[in-house]
Amino acid sequence: MKNLLIDDEEELVTTLAERLSFRGIDADWVTNGEEALKKVVAQCYDLAVVDVRMPKMSGLELKKKMAEECPNLKFIFMTGHGSEDDYKEGAAEAGAAYYLVKPVNIELLIEKINEVVKG
Amino acid sequence: MNSKRDIIGEQGLQFFGKMSATISHEINNALAIINENAGLLQDFTLMADKGMPLDPERLNSLAGKVIQQIRRAEGIIKNMNRFAHSVDEPGKSVNLSDIAELMAALSGRFASMRGVTVEPKPAAVPVTITTNPFFLENLIWLCLDFAMDAAGPGNTIDIITVKTENGAQIRFARVEDLAKAPLDKFPSEREKALLDTLKADLVSDVGAGALVITLPRYIDT
Repeated sequence: MKNLLIDDEEELVTTLAERLSFRGIDADWVTNGEEALKKVVAQCYDLAVVDVRMPKMSGLELKKKMAEECPNLKFIFMTGHGSEDDYKEGAAEAGAAYYLVKPVNIELLIEKINEVVKG
Repeated sequence: MNSKRDIIGEQGLQFFGKMSATISHEINNALAIINENAGLLQDFTLMADKGMPLDPERLNSLAGKVIQQIRRAEGIIKNMNRFAHSVDEPGKSVNLSDIAELMAALSGRFASMRGVTVEPKPAAVPVTITTNPFFLENLIWLCLDFAMDAAGPGNTIDIITVKTENGAQIRFARVEDLAKAPLDKFPSEREKALLDTLKADLVSDVGAGALVITLPRYIDT
């Protein structure tokens, strides 16, 4: 299974990737939408874990573009805001179950990853 | 039609809410990174229990990253505190360069989302005026918001504070494409209400790519 983590906070995304790898889940990571698109053009991933709010290209805009490249790609959204607007946007796009508020509990993230993969 | 007081009050609340939301987002980002690094430390401890040797250099690096994020959060909280106290007094002697720096910091996330960089350029000598700090911060934000939209991604806006004969100026310079911005709608009623209360003027210098606020040395609040 190929996973891609996208968050503009490099410190966060690299640490998250390392912690997932300790739990048997390998993930590539990038810090912006442009790099993410380059990744999915090069190879299709199974799952993308995307920050809702990122500079230049929002997570939702990125989702549409990535889905054009990889129609079977599945998504989990993360947000730092936790605002109602973010929730509505993220939940509507990803389904309320696949919308996580930061700081993210890694065990919950893994649970969601497993659900998405099975689902 | 709303009175000037209504416009300023409603706009002020929106501004306060917007800044509070961006501050909470920034603090949350720092906490999220601390959370991941603490989690990683915990992971290493669990692995050590299973016999994997601990790497002191790695542990030290992780601790350093946590400290770095704590300092980041401290800076954000310091700015939040300065901003919150700006409503304490309706009239106060303020250093304009300090206010410009504060607003550049508070606007950082909004600038970053638009791919714009905001650089405060403090005056060589302190530029001090007596004014309403909160209304001034609100006016600076509205000008900056407009300037960031006009400048567009990849550009930098300078906030320059200058002492003048009768007071001071704040210049939002290097605003690319200011001529193409909707200057017919700016300043709107909300900016005009603030300008009137602060006894200030706002000029759009399209040729120079600058918005210029001129402020008196003293306003009677």
